[in-house]
Amino acid sequence: MQRLLASLRRDRRAAMIASLVLGVVLAVLPFVVGGALGNSWLRVLDFALLYIMLALGLNIVVGFAGLLDLGYIAFYAVGAYLYALLASPHFGLHLPVWLIIPAGAVLAGIFGVLLGAPTLRLRGDYLAIVTLGFGEIIRIFLNNLNAPVNITNGPQGISGIDPIRMGGISLARPIDFLGITVPSLHAYYYLFLALALLIVFVSIRLEDSRIGRAWVAIREDEIAAKACGINTRNIKLLAFAMGASFGGVAGGLFAGFQAFVSPESFSLMESVMVLCMVVLGGMGHIPGVILGGILLTVLPEFFRHSAGPLQVTLFGKVLLDPEALRMLLFGLALIAVMLYRPAGLWPSGTRRRELGSDAA
Amino acid sequence: MTVADSVLLEARNVDKRFGGVRALQAVSLTIRTGEIYGLIGPNGAGKTTFFNVLTGLYAPDGGTLLFAGAALAASSPHTAAARGIARTFQNIRLFANMTALENVMVGCHVRTRAGVLGAVLRDRRTRGEEEAIRRRAEELLHYVGIADRAHDLARYLPYGDQRRLEIARALATGPRLLALDEPAAGMNGTEREALRVLIEGIRKDGTTVLLIEHDVKLVMGLCDRVAVLDHGARICEDVPAVVQKDARVIEAYLGPGENVHA
Ligand SMILES: Nc1ncnc2c1ncn2[C@@H]1O[C@H](COP(=O)(O)OP(=O)(O)O)[C@@H](O)[C@H]1O
Ligand SMILES: [Mg+2]
Repeated sequence: MQRLLASLRRDRRAAMIASLVLGVVLAVLPFVVGGALGNSWLRVLDFALLYIMLALGLNIVVGFAGLLDLGYIAFYAVGAYLYALLASPHFGLHLPVWLIIPAGAVLAGIFGVLLGAPTLRLRGDYLAIVTLGFGEIIRIFLNNLNAPVNITNGPQGISGIDPIRMGGISLARPIDFLGITVPSLHAYYYLFLALALLIVFVSIRLEDSRIGRAWVAIREDEIAAKACGINTRNIKLLAFAMGASFGGVAGGLFAGFQAFVSPESFSLMESVMVLCMVVLGGMGHIPGVILGGILLTVLPEFFRHSAGPLQVTLFGKVLLDPEALRMLLFGLALIAVMLYRPAGLWPSGTRRRELGSDAA
Repeated sequence: MTVADSVLLEARNVDKRFGGVRALQAVSLTIRTGEIYGLIGPNGAGKTTFFNVLTGLYAPDGGTLLFAGAALAASSPHTAAARGIARTFQNIRLFANMTALENVMVGCHVRTRAGVLGAVLRDRRTRGEEEAIRRRAEELLHYVGIADRAHDLARYLPYGDQRRLEIARALATGPRLLALDEPAAGMNGTEREALRVLIEGIRKDGTTVLLIEHDVKLVMGLCDRVAVLDHGARICEDVPAVVQKDARVIEAYLGPGENVHA
């Protein structure tokens, strides 16, 4: 017992030091990346944070509750278009961000329930097909809701979206903060980081709770979950709503960041990409999913930047189109992971076994 | 009327068909509070189907089920659990990738309340509830004798322990009626004896038990009363001594023309 407490105390100090180091790294990261690699990589960093939010949202549905969803990007679209419609010259509305982002979370959550309700009895392949259809329906609506009344401005999308403003300060311009000039991309980084950390926190809390256990129980055996008194209908809808709301938040941030949205950004390929982040990282395991989000944002960009120049140095000319090469390598990486690490790069099993070994 | 005589479950003329198969034909039985009630019959007699109807997994095609005096809602497993009916499965259904402790904690779901907000904010009420869930789950693992396995994934438990874990999880729902579907299947003699002791203990601690079992010796030694199903029909309901001598039961088990007393 004494030894257990001692090790716990030691662990707590170690955990504190680790989070302190992590905090410092995260705080200076944009300056390091921006200074060493330039603004294009800072943008990649900002997008990595958005994708982490998306991957964690999808993880609730796919990883925890075990419900395959191939239309997840629709919720990102809902959040993004809500921001675009409520804060742009398109309707002449300019609502504040602290109103739009939560509204985006709620609206996306409602869409999550709308998707979930008719699919409650479906599993596996059938669920995948229906959710895929749902994602496409949302995109096609966005493409076509420009006539007879112009709501979404169709394929042209909505431009001139207001940048995110906080306390009257626009994040789109450099900010003077205690004598330090914080460039726009850095400011967005800190905002995205704050929200990503919030979503990580919510995910961790949910996982280790009565609701989280109910989700996993449904994933493991739906009939047994019912027999344990879990109202599987409500708990599944809750998973769809929670997951979707994370997507809605990320979508709103995306719209403010890009100042432009169009249906193109919400294609099936994007849904597949987010799903890959979850599966590749380690379904249902929050650190794994975060890792998946980072890797699948950063690595493709890395190839895009380096594949062309690298070929020139090696062969004197570009043999393979970097874009094609990127997809090829991505496909190979997926196959390799599925063959050699079917539970993902960082699955949760290890944690369980550790817990099991030092029990009692 | 004493407490022991009060009726906990009354099935009246319950029917269930699967296409042409009449899995249950006008089955009526009465389970009294505090007894261990055996449900036996040859393979395919409809025993598991009766469990599935009782626990709301299947809607009956006819008849009614009264539990503690009120009708059971058809095909609503979670309300059946909330009303106080818990079960285990003939083919063990554990949450394979959760630990034994977590499996039992899931069983507590129906008697607890915390929602998303409580989970995220972890207010004092939620913390207290989580603490109580964990303590209850640990108690139950201890009760069924697998406390040392608390942190192992359910799928790594040996077969007998998996059966026990399923019972612990069912008990976590706080049942008035515990329905066990062939809990001794695949167990050796020692394990069976331990199971018998466990079931008797459960009854003594105030939970009524409905037991499907193939091992006639176990059923006859353990049960206060026994019902026999054959081809979906209840052919007999009585104390073990009478059931054992019933001509229809002997015929159902051994086929016509045989005589066990010879
Ligand atoms: N879900 C089902 N669909 C079709 N037939 C079923 C189903 N469940 C049970 N049956 C049939 O009902 C009959 C009774 O089965 P069951 O209740 O499992 O018997 P027991 O548990 O007594 O061995 C069998 O003929 C079985 O094939
Ligand atoms: Mg059976």
